[in-house]
Amino acid sequence: MVIKYQPSKKQIAWIKAGLFVAALIPLARLVWLGVHDNLTANPIEFVERSLGTWALAVLMITLSMTPIKLLTGMVWQIQLRRMMGLFMFFYVCLHFLTYIWLDQSFDWMAIVKDIAKHPYVLVGFSAFVLAIPLAVTSNNAMVRRLRERWKQLHQLVYLIAILGVIHFWWLVKKDIREPLFYALVLALLLGIRLYHKYKKLSNAPGVAANKAVA
Amino acid sequence: MFIGRKSDILASEITPREVFENRRGFIKAAGFSLIAGTAAATGFISGLASKRAEAATQRQKIVGYSKTAYGAGEKLTDYDDITTYNNYYEFGTSKSDPAPESMLFKPRPWTVSIGGEVKKPKQISIEDILKVAPLEERIYRMRCVEGWSMVIPWVGLPLAQLIKFAEPTANAKYVEFISIADKQTMPGLNIPVLDWPYVEGLRMDEAMNPLTIMAVGLYGELLPNQNGAPMRLVVPWKYGFKGAKAIIKIRFTEKMPQTAWMKAGPTEYGFYANVNPTVDHPRWTQSTERRIGGGLFSPRIKTQMFNGYAEQVAQLYSSMDLRKNF
Repeated sequence: MVIKYQPSKKQIAWIKAGLFVAALIPLARLVWLGVHDNLTANPIEFVERSLGTWALAVLMITLSMTPIKLLTGMVWQIQLRRMMGLFMFFYVCLHFLTYIWLDQSFDWMAIVKDIAKHPYVLVGFSAFVLAIPLAVTSNNAMVRRLRERWKQLHQLVYLIAILGVIHFWWLVKKDIREPLFYALVLALLLGIRLYHKYKKLSNAPGVAANKAVA
Repeated sequence: MFIGRKSDILASEITPREVFENRRGFIKAAGFSLIAGTAAATGFISGLASKRAEAATQRQKIVGYSKTAYGAGEKLTDYDDITTYNNYYEFGTSKSDPAPESMLFKPRPWTVSIGGEVKKPKQISIEDILKVAPLEERIYRMRCVEGWSMVIPWVGLPLAQLIKFAEPTANAKYVEFISIADKQTMPGLNIPVLDWPYVEGLRMDEAMNPLTIMAVGLYGELLPNQNGAPMRLVVPWKYGFKGAKAIIKIRFTEKMPQTAWMKAGPTEYGFYANVNPTVDHPRWTQSTERRIGGGLFSPRIKTQMFNGYAEQVAQLYSSMDLRKNF
């Protein structure tokens, strides 16, 4: 399936602006619900989970740009990827802030113990820590400076996504349908990449051989 | 209709008349509020309003229960929080599900069967259960295994009184509580998260402890459906999931019953499930808890051994390793 849609520069600017506003809706919703005292009987948990879920959802959107390219041939949407990645980091930061502030009241002893003792917390915390260098090196200057290593570094996003899904999976009590949904989406997004990589290699043995030599 | 021939449809498969009628009533109520509440504009809002209105009319005061000293000085959790934040998987796994999803559930008429190690199996209606012993208000802390807690003014009778009525034999070492699993009115049963019906159990001495009650109401009114109407178990020194809701069967057994949560996660949920800040759930901490109702900036509070009821119940477990018997 080849789609030839190619927005103009101006259109892309508009799409970016629209996406920027859309990506703030989950936060605006929480503020709205908070102002109207509608954050359920357990507001802290609600806010914490909502932010975490949106971080994961935005990450899935970020990771879908390349599969869209592989499936349709369209490339312009790759220009949206950085913004979405940074929004993922934005929601992860808010999620983490909610955890250390509202949930744990900056009780550092309790936080360290919680991270060390409970695998789901450790896994989530690791994903957060791993996301920091990606956010820091997301600007053009860093892309130019790091060159090939930038690409290698940013492949960490796959690990972050896997850790994020595990974090969610391990925290639910029994009904795993929601984390399962994210696991399937992630499997699909990574699967498309792997399939294309495999197809490219098997279609062009010369390329594979060159790669092996390199 | 063939007279004198037995129907080959199980009675349980036929939608009870009350449910059917209630649906009609519900549709009617929704229609009325749609007309009356045109200002509300959307069908969604008026539908919700009619559900609320219906829930309000179903609230029924309990006459003649006595107050007790339990829970003196505790700040009660709001009625709205107690009735909208529920773990009741028969109505859905989200804590906001039970309140709206239990609207069609009919807690009356209700008959409880008592069997197993008893002198003689019995059936008893909920009306008669309310007369087994004088009803009392018990204000108890409730600590959920997930790490949150409430203070709830239950109305109920000591379980010991109901057990006396049941007349268990000397062989009875445990009591098993089986909840209703009615697919017609409980949409959550379609999801196999637990091995339905919900089963809970207590050791006899735990069941006979004066703290253990069979609750039939809260805040001086009959139990709302989402809180386990018409009767539910309340064992305040144990995690909330021990409190089986909408109980239809009570069985006395010689062997320890296999509870629904033990089957679902034997390494995470034990038979005893005593509130214990020193024994963590394998995945999260049990040393602190969040008291519901404190808002966005309320800190966690320390969880107490046996949920603060150690004085009354610690002796039940004096010879046991609570790390193993979690």
